[in-house]
Amino acid sequence: MADVSLDQAQDHHAAAVAARRHFLTRFVIYGLLVIFAAIYLVPLLVVVLNSFRDQQEIARNGLISLPRSFRLEAWGQAWSTYCIGGTCEGMQRNFYNSLKMTIPATIISTAVGAMNGYILSKWRFRGSEALFTCMLLGVFIPGQISLMPWAFILGNLGLSNSTYGLIVIHVIQGISFTTLFCRNYYVSIPDDLIKAARIDGAGFWRIFGKIILPLSSPILIVTVIWQFTGIWNEYLFGVVFTSGQQQPITAALVALTASGTNVRAYDVMSAAVLIGALPPLLIYLFGGKYFVRGLTQGAIK
Amino acid sequence: MSNHDLILSTPAPARPWRERLGSAMPLLVLGPSLVASFVYVFVFTGWTLYISLSNSSLLPTYGFVGLDNYASLWANRRWNIAYTNLFLFSGFYIVGSMAVGLLLAILIDQRVRGEAVWRTIFLYPLAVSFIVTGTVWSWLYNPTDGIQAMVRGLGWTNFSFALASDRHYAIYAVIITGVWQASGFAMALFLAGLRSVDSDLVKAAQIDGASTFRIYRKVLLPTIAPIFLAVAVIQIQFAIKTFDLVAALTKGGPGISTTFPAIYVYDLMFQRGQIGEGAAAAIMMLAALAVVLVPYSFWVVWRRRKEAGHG
Repeated sequence: MADVSLDQAQDHHAAAVAARRHFLTRFVIYGLLVIFAAIYLVPLLVVVLNSFRDQQEIARNGLISLPRSFRLEAWGQAWSTYCIGGTCEGMQRNFYNSLKMTIPATIISTAVGAMNGYILSKWRFRGSEALFTCMLLGVFIPGQISLMPWAFILGNLGLSNSTYGLIVIHVIQGISFTTLFCRNYYVSIPDDLIKAARIDGAGFWRIFGKIILPLSSPILIVTVIWQFTGIWNEYLFGVVFTSGQQQPITAALVALTASGTNVRAYDVMSAAVLIGALPPLLIYLFGGKYFVRGLTQGAIK
Repeated sequence: MSNHDLILSTPAPARPWRERLGSAMPLLVLGPSLVASFVYVFVFTGWTLYISLSNSSLLPTYGFVGLDNYASLWANRRWNIAYTNLFLFSGFYIVGSMAVGLLLAILIDQRVRGEAVWRTIFLYPLAVSFIVTGTVWSWLYNPTDGIQAMVRGLGWTNFSFALASDRHYAIYAVIITGVWQASGFAMALFLAGLRSVDSDLVKAAQIDGASTFRIYRKVLLPTIAPIFLAVAVIQIQFAIKTFDLVAALTKGGPGISTTFPAIYVYDLMFQRGQIGEGAAAAIMMLAALAVVLVPYSFWVVWRRRKEAGHG
């Protein structure tokens, strides 16, 4: 027990000192947070503002300046009329390509990962740990290693230069991640639950549907966010295996910003960048807090 | 009896087909993934390894030439710059993002108001692609339109900030951008780690009269040491695979000053039609990863065994 025989005056003085120190520390803490927040937000702010500014005005005043003009045309141009490498359709087609690639690849790889994780945590068999370790290696293989084999396989399947080819790549590559996430999460579900269900006569699918799945939402949210942002943002496979109108949005963005003529169309490029960044940003803004919470339950162990 | 052998514990006298199918179900479901992963991990790597030992140029061919591709790779100045850049980048990127991430995590851990808002601000770059980040930062680094132009516009007409267009410093432009993108992720993991520390430990230290600083140094940070390692390993993977960021930010330039192994592989395979040497470069990337990951995985296994031994 702490000693409480301090007299009143001393108590007051100590309290005053403590209050001042407390205020100072708070000041430093919030000061640092504000500085870092500014560093993080300025690039975003610059892009957002420039997407509404007039191109001539940007050229005159530089990228980082308060807007003195406001127009929405850049967004329309970036979406549907701006020319990238000869075709003047803006980013819309590439945006749809990315959606057509990301949504199926995310759903399939997450579903497969959940099943794998369920089996590798609740239906272990001799050697299943070793197999799990082998699957895990897939997480670490750099994409460059698989470029040649994929080129060969996609060529033979007739899937080169198509969104379907990219779906195949992202599903196979993603299984390692999704399995890892789900398996590590399911391990923490008590085995007694499963045992009890088995005694009651529940089988493989019933246990998954009635016990595992209802408990899965934290890890499924993490996995879906991870896969969606990862696949949407992927560039290497997109630029290697597709071209022109088949390209996902990341590859198109690079093509667009590289196709600079004399005057750089910063307004259109800013809008294009935002169009490319928006889907994962929205997903993250709505699911971010579940993501961080779930990541620590599943991914990092 | 451990909980490992749920399957083995079912009695096995003449079972009806349904039950047998039921017990085979896990393997049936897992099978395709196992095959795919096996092909992806071993066959693909073996294939690329073989191509790296062959005389492939425009198309894969299988004439065995031993280590010739590796010899010509390491004789190339551009490759040596790429590999040096990789080490420079990895070091600064990991230390930088972890330092910033830890600082931010500790700041947020001080029961600040609006915690969710701060966290969102620091973490949002994680959701954005390296392509987007690289593109935007290349504008900021651009001397005639970006930061330099802005500061000059404010009156300091001699101000110079042309990091990305200077051969000697462009790599630091890549590093700064990488740290900007990645430190929020480090923050999130550190913060989660700090929150998971048993609060009794902290209370005990407080009762002993330890200062906040001391509590962090002596109690909290040592307890989350495994997270440091995990973050470092995750970051180093990003570093070794760095391709998008450089492709969007500097395109490997000015000149060849910010070439990275990943850029080099892409160039050889798809721009110059030197598949054999490109494969050799890809294998060298894998080697760099293995140097980090093999000891790490042994450590993880060792730690798990130790914990299991105690439990």
